[in-house]
Amino acid sequence: MYFNNLAELWAMAGHGPYVWSAYAISFLVLAAMVILPAKRYRQQLAHIREQQLPSEKS
Amino acid sequence: MASWQWFHRLGSPKWLSGTIDRWLPWVLGLGTLLLLVSAVWGLAFTSPDYKQGNSFRIIYIHVPTAIVALAAYYVMAVAGAVSIIWRMKVADMVLRAIAPVGAALTFLALVTGAIWGKPTWGAYWIWQDARLTSMLLLFFLYLGIMALHDAYQNSASGNRAAAIMSLVGTVNIPIIYKSVDWWSSLHQPATLKFTEESTIATEMLQPLMIAIPGAYLFFIAAVMLHLRVQIAHNEKNTRWMAERAAQ
Repeated sequence: MYFNNLAELWAMAGHGPYVWSAYAISFLVLAAMVILPAKRYRQQLAHIREQQLPSEKS
Repeated sequence: MASWQWFHRLGSPKWLSGTIDRWLPWVLGLGTLLLLVSAVWGLAFTSPDYKQGNSFRIIYIHVPTAIVALAAYYVMAVAGAVSIIWRMKVADMVLRAIAPVGAALTFLALVTGAIWGKPTWGAYWIWQDARLTSMLLLFFLYLGIMALHDAYQNSASGNRAAAIMSLVGTVNIPIIYKSVDWWSSLHQPATLKFTEESTIATEMLQPLMIAIPGAYLFFIAAVMLHLRVQIAHNEKNTRWMAERAAQ
């Protein structure tokens, strides 16, 4: 590793806030890009399944 | 003919949905892995820039998201053209799937660029810079296309309006790309070149060469996920969709 320890990695010689906030925002947005549509699709499938139940009974 | 068969299949929502289910884990898995590897490598295992120091590490998010945000717009515009010319249902779904993903990537390029700009130029934003303003325009184009989709009661009208807007906006892409060459810009001119040797240091370049394909794959996975939602929405009353839901 370029840095001598984790404390230095965090501090980034003063640029820590910039680097870590950029990476944190990116992580959150990228995660949302995947998690939100995945959840939505599961909801859609569940909804379609519910719609099917009445016809199964007959 | 096999090639026409392939094109015909591409227009089938059922085939597309099955293909997405099959390939998604691999595309998403590999894309995420490459992004994580490049991030760790860039954050902890490269030397700082002699002028910019450690803030340069933002490059491993900023450049890949900017590149893919631009590429995404082109793909979206092609979908728009296909929609208008061939009236292909799936093309409209692809357009709807790409827009939010492109918007998110452009947002990240802008925000990470602004954060990087503060220690480097002393400012988060500079209105006179052509690349910054044209990237902001790209973000508004994506948002505008998303808004057009939601604005119309009749989804066909919304699809058409969005497709037209996607085509009109393509003029912005070469402007973004060449802005640093055409106008005096604070933003760095291109250091990655295709035909000559790149001017960026090799040590710095290596994680970037992992991050860029990673970002492309991640983008494809995100579009696949959004496309699956569009397909399920459009096909919710079909038998095959009911069978898929029952599994």
